[in-house]
Amino acid sequence: MEAKTIAGMQVNVNEEGYLEDMNQWNENIATEIADEIGIELTDKHFEVLHYLRNQNKEGVALTIRRVGKSGIVDIKGLYTLFPKGPLKFSSKIAGIPKPTSCI
Amino acid sequence: MKKLLILGAGTAGTMMANHLRPKLRSNEWDVTIVDQYKTHYYQPGFLFLPFDTYTESQVKKVGKKLIHKKVNYIQKKIEKIIPNENKVQLEDETINYDVLIIATGSKIAPQETQGLLGPLWKKDIFDFYTYEGALALRDKLRDWKGGKLVVHITEMPIKCPVAPLEFAFLADSYFRKKGMRDKVDITYVTPLSGAFTKPTCSTALAYLLEEKDIHLEPDFSIMEVDNNQKAIVDYEEREIPFDLLVTVPTNMGDELIERSGLGDDLNFIPTDHNTLQSKAHENIFVIGDATDVPASKAGSVAHFQAETLTDNILLYIDGYKLKKEFDGHANCFIETGNNKALLIDFNYNTEPVHGTFPFAKIGPLRLLKESVFNHWGKLAFRWIYWNMLLKGIAIPFVSRNMSFKGKVFDIKSK
Ligand SMILES: Cc1cc2nc3c(=O)[nH]c(=O)nc-3n(C[C@H](O)[C@H](O)[C@H](O)COP(=O)(O)OP(=O)(O)OC[C@H]3O[C@@H](n4cnc5c(N)ncnc54)[C@H](O)[C@@H]3O)c2cc1C
Repeated sequence: MEAKTIAGMQVNVNEEGYLEDMNQWNENIATEIADEIGIELTDKHFEVLHYLRNQNKEGVALTIRRVGKSGIVDIKGLYTLFPKGPLKFSSKIAGIPKPTSCI
Repeated sequence: MKKLLILGAGTAGTMMANHLRPKLRSNEWDVTIVDQYKTHYYQPGFLFLPFDTYTESQVKKVGKKLIHKKVNYIQKKIEKIIPNENKVQLEDETINYDVLIIATGSKIAPQETQGLLGPLWKKDIFDFYTYEGALALRDKLRDWKGGKLVVHITEMPIKCPVAPLEFAFLADSYFRKKGMRDKVDITYVTPLSGAFTKPTCSTALAYLLEEKDIHLEPDFSIMEVDNNQKAIVDYEEREIPFDLLVTVPTNMGDELIERSGLGDDLNFIPTDHNTLQSKAHENIFVIGDATDVPASKAGSVAHFQAETLTDNILLYIDGYKLKKEFDGHANCFIETGNNKALLIDFNYNTEPVHGTFPFAKIGPLRLLKESVFNHWGKLAFRWIYWNMLLKGIAIPFVSRNMSFKGKVFDIKSK
């Protein structure tokens, strides 16, 4: 765990730059993380990000299938919003843990 | 007589029947288990069948023979659970229960992916998560002349999440031994961000892919299989061509769970992470691959769960509060080829750790390090499975909760 300043806020991130505590998140932080990845956030992005955060709070694992069924975007749409790695990028920008396997 | 009913006589159901029968008074409790099949398969063996390492007879036994004699064994298909009436409909009868344990596991659902069940299925596209699939793949590999081998995971969660990677490692060894590794191109395709997704593991294990010359295609969510072009295609129209596709299709709970209205979108049952009681009904408990708990879907996990669940069922029927005990503990061997293996030990909150197992400093098994000892451990697991695990005998020195002795938690300190 290391401390990092993002959008003027002191936050804790893991070795891959994912927020350790989702409560330290705000929309400015999201914008800055997205910027580093090369994604410009729109309202649609934020709709997805808030959905992911709510799901995470309820303890529901992030999967492509669930986002596809969320009624917010379909899977193709998710790829358009977060090209080249929808799961790893959307989770990083949403301030929630990256979906992982057991190793 | 009160009735304890167990649905599914796979790894978890068999263990629960054998744990509970001796602990419940036979003049008070009737214990019944139902499964549709006669045969109990040792699924971890499916990884070895395609490479001719195991024979058919080493991975199957008659299910009934593995279960305590005083348990009623019904070999029938289960149609539906009716929780509000405490009833379960089988193919031609309905039975009551006081306490229900659901252990119906998970299985592949290739129909979920467009084109997967097309003309190439079982010709150039195989799974190894079923007995039939593993055998068909074995026959294919026996006289395959080489080309592009693609090992692919459709989506998470899958049971034994490391099995596809192990398959790729073993394929490398297999083709080397056959003297044809130069004719085979191996690509590993995953919807996740890498073959190793936990920072501790990517640091310790990234060398494995390089050493074995396995190409990695991460972040790939399959949209369809193009049977004409012989390629898998993702939602960004990224195409990966194959000559032989070994895929792990979507894993889902049985349709019975959907018919009973008890599951989530993948037919997994919402279950308390620590007590294993179903969230919707207090006299229904869930164990093994059928749950939605964020632990690995593995036999070793079911084994640790069974110890906690046995205590909790006994507490429940005596009217006591349940133990919030299960911690997601998993302990798995990972074959890396060339007769070596890794061992990993982790739980809900802790990443796989370094150190020794099961004894601090002594081992003999090394965590997160390849060794021949670990490979023997994996092979010994088959004997342990048939002779200890299923019978409900605790594995000596290995506790249901994760032990923190002799383990190193910060890779950077190594
Ligand atoms: C290729 C492969 C390799 C693996 N390797 C390992 C490993 O190395 N280590 C490890 O720990 N685990 C491994 N596993 C995982 C392990 O096999 C499973 O996690 C374990 O078997 C789960 O037990 P279970 O009782 O929950 O489900 P299962 O053992 O699958 O049992 C479910 C049972 O329910 C029955 N059933 C389901 N629906 C119905 C119905 N409607 N009517 C009647 N009966 C029904 C089925 O017939 C089945 O017998 C591996 C799995 C695979 C596929």
